[in-house]
Amino acid sequence: MDTPIRLHHSLARNDGRPKACGAERYAADRYPDPYLWAGALRSGIPCGRILSVDTREAADLPGVFRILTASDVPGTNRQGIVHKDMPVLCEDVVRYCGDPIALVLAEDKAALQQALSRIRFEIEPLPAVCSLDEAMAQGAPLVHADRPDNVLAHALIETGDSAAAFERSDIVVEGSFSTPVQAHAFLETECGVARLEEDGGLFMEVSTQSPFRDRFEIAHALGLSYQNIRIVSPPLGGGFGGKDGATVQCLLGLAALNAGGRWVRMQWDREESFRAGYKRHACRMNYRLGATSDGELVALDARLWYDTGAYAHLGAEVMELGMEHAGGPYRIPNTRIEGWCVYTNEPVAGAMRAFGVCQATFGIESMMDMLAQRLRIDPLSLRIRNALHRGERNCAGVRLETSTGIQPCLETIQAHPLWKTRDEWKRQAPRFRKRGVGVVAVWNAAGYGGGVRDAAIAKIELCDDGTFLVHNAVSDMGQGNSCAFFQIAGHILNQDTSRIAVKQPDTRSAYPSGSSSAGRTTYTYGKALITACERMKARLINRAGLVLFLQDDDGIEMEPGRIVHRPSGREVSLQTLARMMQPEERVILSESLAPTCKDVPKTAKGFFIGFPHVIFGYGAHLVRLEIDERTGEAAIIDYLAVTDGGRVLNPAMFEQQIQGGVAQGLGYALMEDFRTRQGHVITEDFTTYLIPASLDTPDIASIAIEADEEESGPFGMKGIGEVAMNGPLPAVANAVADASGRRICEGPITAERILGLT
Amino acid sequence: MTHRLHFTLNGQAISHPCDPDCRVIDLLREQMGLTGTKEGCGTGECGACTILVDGTPKLACLMVAAQLDGKSVETVESLEKSEEGRKILQAFVEHGAVQCGFCTPGMEMASLAMLRSGRPLDRMAIRSGLSGNLCRCTGYVKIVDAVAQACKGTDR
Repeated sequence: MDTPIRLHHSLARNDGRPKACGAERYAADRYPDPYLWAGALRSGIPCGRILSVDTREAADLPGVFRILTASDVPGTNRQGIVHKDMPVLCEDVVRYCGDPIALVLAEDKAALQQALSRIRFEIEPLPAVCSLDEAMAQGAPLVHADRPDNVLAHALIETGDSAAAFERSDIVVEGSFSTPVQAHAFLETECGVARLEEDGGLFMEVSTQSPFRDRFEIAHALGLSYQNIRIVSPPLGGGFGGKDGATVQCLLGLAALNAGGRWVRMQWDREESFRAGYKRHACRMNYRLGATSDGELVALDARLWYDTGAYAHLGAEVMELGMEHAGGPYRIPNTRIEGWCVYTNEPVAGAMRAFGVCQATFGIESMMDMLAQRLRIDPLSLRIRNALHRGERNCAGVRLETSTGIQPCLETIQAHPLWKTRDEWKRQAPRFRKRGVGVVAVWNAAGYGGGVRDAAIAKIELCDDGTFLVHNAVSDMGQGNSCAFFQIAGHILNQDTSRIAVKQPDTRSAYPSGSSSAGRTTYTYGKALITACERMKARLINRAGLVLFLQDDDGIEMEPGRIVHRPSGREVSLQTLARMMQPEERVILSESLAPTCKDVPKTAKGFFIGFPHVIFGYGAHLVRLEIDERTGEAAIIDYLAVTDGGRVLNPAMFEQQIQGGVAQGLGYALMEDFRTRQGHVITEDFTTYLIPASLDTPDIASIAIEADEEESGPFGMKGIGEVAMNGPLPAVANAVADASGRRICEGPITAERILGLT
Repeated sequence: MTHRLHFTLNGQAISHPCDPDCRVIDLLREQMGLTGTKEGCGTGECGACTILVDGTPKLACLMVAAQLDGKSVETVESLEKSEEGRKILQAFVEHGAVQCGFCTPGMEMASLAMLRSGRPLDRMAIRSGLSGNLCRCTGYVKIVDAVAQACKGTDR
């Protein structure tokens, strides 16, 4: 018999085989026949006034179809998720080296490249601010004339009375920290295809984390009706936040409007992706932490400055989430957390896995070890002693009413051989090597937070042939939410793998369900899907009862491909049933809304949206590393991540997410450092911007804590896509301090920094 | 300038008219419709476009079409046709070595070359063999697991 799909075990991903065979079609794999290439000419300088753009010579080249500048853009020519300050094509000024000033449509790539090199333009350079320091200096040039002091956002969290609490603290530790810019470095660069359809509508197939929001972005920027825009989002070759927000969308839409009905294709090369794609915010932090002599945390003062680059994108929201997590998963009754998000003439920062949180985690988790050292207690005990419990208020003053599993995570580390044998292991360090162990506690909110409705509309359809189709509406960038939907539908409808399919987002057939971000995809859409599947099941059982002449629904059950009346053994196939039902009867829609905080404390000032959050994933990480005293190189020997993500729907996919998050975090910890020089990108390929390869990454052990299931989540789960990213940087810093006595407060923790050379 | 190239593609003899300076990755993807071979960087650093040419892993973004003349070329689309290929496919799917899947074809082709070499492969050797292929999703653990599984019982 066909085995029905079950939750809570490691079912192989439904998209695994097509991806492994090379049969999956990504946006990058679309080559409509024929099509025009679209490409942007970028400013190449960080700040200046556009004096002229002369496209005549380029336009006359063979193979060049059309060249567009700002005056060709209908609509507002402005994009941006919350703050619409980013032009599709620059009109008068450029604010960073990747700012686009012309868009070329050409018959082939060679003609495109030639045209891009033949556009003559004159930009009068203006004084640029290329760092947080320069942007915040007295009288600094303004990146946006309407933003005094280059401040995009400024906010404050205050709980209790931190000034008084510092007064009565027995011990106060202080530290200043900074984190680098990180690039998403997904392997599939920003890309898509588009064309105007015969009815005048715009069709686009694009590598995007937010197909429904893309319609608003394009409609607003280009003055179109959003109902006339259809977006299809095939599986993404990675996203991590870098495809949350318009990348190619508005340029591609503009190109399609001017292509005479032909297909247009745009794909950034790696260099353009580094220059013009979104980045993780660089951050500067000043911390003070006060405690009693027996290790009880009493006061926190944290100041955080985030560099948003040339445009707002999600800068303010990133800063706010970082502030909400600045105190770590600890009970600190008196906090003062102040944040600034600052414009510079640097590449645009935006969403990236652990959205502002991994910066602050570096700060607080370094401080915890500094405090433990002063108190002469072990850093794990200090964390356990102060770990948040359900019902307590977090550092933002919000009472935690949902699952809060940080203590069991830390206790699992405490009981683990990698921790228990640490002293002996350190003593056995080979010659010229020093060994160190670092532990951290991490957390990360799931969901959009207050003020933004975190909703989804799921759709399931019984097809003509008796199989089921889930219309996914939240992109799968690799995290596996579509497999979770596959499992949820199969589990509830009691079907085997051959009878469930998942269609990736298409704004024409699916319904708005938010973005693929914020650890919310499986949670929010999954909840809606559960109800849709339950209603589908009830409806089909009812219809089967009609067909089988049964008085009521008692004893009728779904089985793979059929519905059976147990007492009599009579049955009807799903295919027969499907053919008897009207098409609209075979579709069920259901909505869900994530919970919001019912008792919002008056602790946050200057927050616009996204405060507070009520659901958090938690984790405790342990790293054991070895430093080569001669070279300063740190080799990661062991890594253990213990995670509270509620009940696990698919253990293998859970591990994938944790191991992937840790690897990306180890890149952030040890090597990733997106650099510019006077606003010019100098790490624009994989030889200058290094990400971890197989030899840089250790075997990463993952343990899930499932005791505390999240009652509000689908089958008890909560999102864990981001939390693992937060651990490695502070864990490595703490282990390096343990090994060498040298605390590094600036990421990444390179060999040069370990040797004290920079 | 068009030349007629003769080579074997996934076991089939091909005679194809094309610009000999055309990049192999464009030849495969755009002209032949074999989009399983992915482009991640275009400069030979990420390994996503790894193919086998006369059995040796090569980067399709760094080769021009003329270099294929007279050679035997294997892409990810051929994996299902051989026993070794099927072993690798199965192991990648079963072990959850696939997330976004964009690095997967290149990883699998590099793995196929390792498997065929018949060398004994411990986890370190597997990591070495995959060191030219970047993955941004998985953290490599499950990929190494998959290759270890595929190579098990291979005594050639």
